[in-house]
Amino acid sequence: MRRRNRAGMWMVLPLTIFTLIFVAAPLLYMVFLSFASQSSSGFGVEWKFTLENYKRILDPVYRNTFYGSLRLAFSTTALNILLGYPFGYFMAKLSAKKKKAAVLFLMLPFWLNSLIRLYGWIILLQKKGLVNEVLLRLHLIDKPLKILYSYPAILIGMVYVLLPFMALSVYSSAEKLDWSLAEAARDLGAGRCYAFFTIIFPLTLPGLFSGIILTFIPSMGLFFIADILGGNKIVLVGSLIQEQMTRGNNWPFAAALAMVLLVVTSLLLGLYKKLTNSDVLEGIG
Amino acid sequence: MKQMRANTKLQNAYLAFLFFLMYLPVAIVILFSFNESKLYVSFSGFSLVWYEKLFRDSAMMEALKNSLILGILSCAVSAVIGTLGAVSLSALKLRSKGVLEYIAILPLMVPEIILGMVLMAFFYMLKLPFGMLTLLIGHTVFCVPYILVEVKASLALMDPSLTEAARDLGASSWRAFLDITLPLVMPAVASGSLLAFAMSMDDVVISIFINGPRISTLPIKVYTQIKTGVTPEINALCTIMLAVSLTALAVFSIFRSHKKEENRDEEQIDRASEPDQEL
Repeated sequence: MRRRNRAGMWMVLPLTIFTLIFVAAPLLYMVFLSFASQSSSGFGVEWKFTLENYKRILDPVYRNTFYGSLRLAFSTTALNILLGYPFGYFMAKLSAKKKKAAVLFLMLPFWLNSLIRLYGWIILLQKKGLVNEVLLRLHLIDKPLKILYSYPAILIGMVYVLLPFMALSVYSSAEKLDWSLAEAARDLGAGRCYAFFTIIFPLTLPGLFSGIILTFIPSMGLFFIADILGGNKIVLVGSLIQEQMTRGNNWPFAAALAMVLLVVTSLLLGLYKKLTNSDVLEGIG
Repeated sequence: MKQMRANTKLQNAYLAFLFFLMYLPVAIVILFSFNESKLYVSFSGFSLVWYEKLFRDSAMMEALKNSLILGILSCAVSAVIGTLGAVSLSALKLRSKGVLEYIAILPLMVPEIILGMVLMAFFYMLKLPFGMLTLLIGHTVFCVPYILVEVKASLALMDPSLTEAARDLGASSWRAFLDITLPLVMPAVASGSLLAFAMSMDDVVISIFINGPRISTLPIKVYTQIKTGVTPEINALCTIMLAVSLTALAVFSIFRSHKKEENRDEEQIDRASEPDQEL
């Protein structure tokens, strides 16, 4: 038995070596980097332990960036719940044949470049775009709205990109539901709403939670949506990190920002595990 | 009963409306790539002029070439690493196995922007020249997990006694891997590779950190162009990229359906690892 193990041992080496060098080491490097400081020449890193980078995040300017990102992430997630929960739930109630088609159409966007899909929104939201055109024709507005390059545009983009995650998560939870439970409740005299909130809703919670995680985490980091739909007006943590890495050249500070982002992310994942007692995110396996 | 039917109708209308909103932007991009006029107000006539313009753009063609090379290479490298890794991880009983697996899957869980900046800083420290090499390593980092997950799921469905029999009959572990395991997990390797290829062809966030000043990929090109404004040329470019993704998806689902049929024969589909839910 031992001989057998040793013989197959080398096969695990490529993965081990690659993972240690290019996944574990870089992440560890970031941890060290976040405690170093920018060299006084303005370029490069000085390896002297400091907490300065973390203190700097508390600076009102950067703190507000974090607040702004959190606010956007919360609004995105809230809208996604409002739109995506019924989406996934109604999908689970479709007939088997329709369900198959719906799942296919819901998965398809994962394969299509999100930039391209966002680009479509730029065209739609332009001053002379379709959205304004329709609103004008319906006499809902008198003059074209300036949606593009504003906060609502970013919100539309975020919700649009992340909605499939929420819908799919809720769907995979709702799909496993035993509908006879709800029927039993109805037969015993429970109202439609009461049956939904006491029976069905609690059973779809794992899907809802994983949907929240899957939309909240990316929405903290998706800097390019704010960049192309918001016209660089709104600075998010993501864009701040990118700026510090490229123009600002303050890598230690960027690393500290990334660390905070990572900690927030892992806390959320931990919370999810605690709430649902599971390691796997519903809907993505 | 009547009320319930009305309810169902309402629900279906809601679904239809959201699907409409989901695909409207994509449809608009494709539609206007064939529009004669440069304006986005109305469709004035069918034309391929923007495609022609695009194909004459040498920088764009260079980016396309880079993306294809990068996609194929990173997909091939990660297929080897991921497959060997998944197979050996399932066979070995190491205590550190779980940790290794966790770190290997990490790139799927860490926000893309962090992965991008971390790799950039790390490559700089190693003094690697930014360009194709760094892009290849970076893309392999996030491609390996896809293959690992796919192959692992398919291994879970495989009968372990098959390789054991081969080993008992005197085959070396390498021999058993080549003759027994590999052919059985091949569909999973293929579908994982296609998924990885699609992700590589799609990536902006990580690439933008590690591409260096001289090399550009198609998504980066799209990104920088979109930032400067909308032109029908970008529409044409996007349409081509959509076509590439859809082709990859079509091939992917063919592999998937094969795998599913095999599984059905064995009647041991594990719900939790059902391929459809991994995406």
